[in-house]
Amino acid sequence: MSGILNSSIGRKFAMALSALFLMVFLLQHFSINILSVFSPDIFNDVSHFMGTFWVIQYLLQPVLILGVVFHFVMGFVLEIKNNKARQISYAKNNGGANSSWMSRNMIWSGLAILGFMGLHFYDFWFPEISIKFIDGDMSGLIDPNNAESGYRYLEHLQHKFVDGWRVVLYVISFVFLALHLLHGFNSAFQSVGANNKYTKGLIGFGKVYAIGIPLGFIFIALFHFFNH
Amino acid sequence: MNLTLKIWRQKGANDKGKIVDYPITEVSPDMSFLEMLDVLNQELIEKGEEPVAFDHDCREGICGSCSMFVNGQAHGPDSMVTVCQLHMRSFKDGDTIFIEPWRATAFPVIKDLIVDRSAFDRIQQAGGFISVNTSGNTQDANAIPIDKHDADTAFDAATCIGCGACVASCKNSSAMLFVSAKVSQFALLPQGKVEATDRVLNMVKQMDDEGFGNCTNTGACEVECPKGISLENIARMNREYLSASLKG
Repeated sequence: MSGILNSSIGRKFAMALSALFLMVFLLQHFSINILSVFSPDIFNDVSHFMGTFWVIQYLLQPVLILGVVFHFVMGFVLEIKNNKARQISYAKNNGGANSSWMSRNMIWSGLAILGFMGLHFYDFWFPEISIKFIDGDMSGLIDPNNAESGYRYLEHLQHKFVDGWRVVLYVISFVFLALHLLHGFNSAFQSVGANNKYTKGLIGFGKVYAIGIPLGFIFIALFHFFNH
Repeated sequence: MNLTLKIWRQKGANDKGKIVDYPITEVSPDMSFLEMLDVLNQELIEKGEEPVAFDHDCREGICGSCSMFVNGQAHGPDSMVTVCQLHMRSFKDGDTIFIEPWRATAFPVIKDLIVDRSAFDRIQQAGGFISVNTSGNTQDANAIPIDKHDADTAFDAATCIGCGACVASCKNSSAMLFVSAKVSQFALLPQGKVEATDRVLNMVKQMDDEGFGNCTNTGACEVECPKGISLENIARMNREYLSASLKG
């Protein structure tokens, strides 16, 4: 058991587990964000809960960050190892004849997502951390001295999506996310050894998830851009 | 048919190697790909040039020797065939055909299109067998009842000829399809279960030590495999390995 992460299968298993964890997180993130379209008050309440409940803030959030960092670092480790396994390329390689573009370019779609996360953290996570842990304002209010001012979360979200270029960047990033998930969803299940009579259905569900979730995020970004 | 062949020429393991153009004329569409190379080599010998070195043996899709990358695909553009089963009718008059050796750090080029695939032998030696008492008291294998589905699946896995097309096609030069077929053919049968834990641990360790890459589930290996070995074998090996790791 001790050497499992030193093996190719162990590394892939760990990679797949982190991917499955991140896909669950993504679904949860989307479920909350879509509330900003259909029920702004509930969106604000849930955002405040997520941002202040200690179990989420101090237990689940570090696990999430660890999962994200592990997924990216292991992605790079695997890429480097795989490049070493073929040091001379083919003069002609018809990769499209036997595999999807998405499966061959996970590192590039992953890098695009990593770049997006930098922007996303700059937009939302760092300001939140600053307000809560540097300014010490845990109220979640637009004006911390005025309880009637309401929660700031929706206003913050809407403010970010006023900028058209930011919306374009978000949309492009979600397209890369869809490409990454189109291979990653089913690949994760294969890596943990799940290839059986349910695989065909899982592949179908994977496609729905991989396209549906990013499309939903795109809808949210465009909705706030055009409505505010 | 008149063709232009772009063939990888490399004098030895330490030579840098390069692609060399060879025009070839009056190729019959009914020739096998290897017969076409035989004709080319005859012409080269008659001109006093070094013939192209390539592996071949049975020429009927069984031995897995004729391993070469033809026009960007392992064993060429046809499905479920080895290069010896590939015919020139799969190409068009005037085509340019790239012919290259398998590319993998674990499969170093010996000469021209011939690579050293002894890494596969070492993986097999690490655990791809069952220990059987051959003193004369051996139980007849057919005396042990085996589920039909398991027997068929094990047989399907055992049809792997170890040609290396999976490694050659995989963008990571992963040998997972080959190793998983060899693990599966035993793991599914009662005779193979006794040594199952050591087998999968040792074979995967040897695979990693040989320098093959990590599987990223692109599925290219399954598509290019001349024997149709399924990705299900890789999933099975993953399960076997994780279970063995917890035990061992």
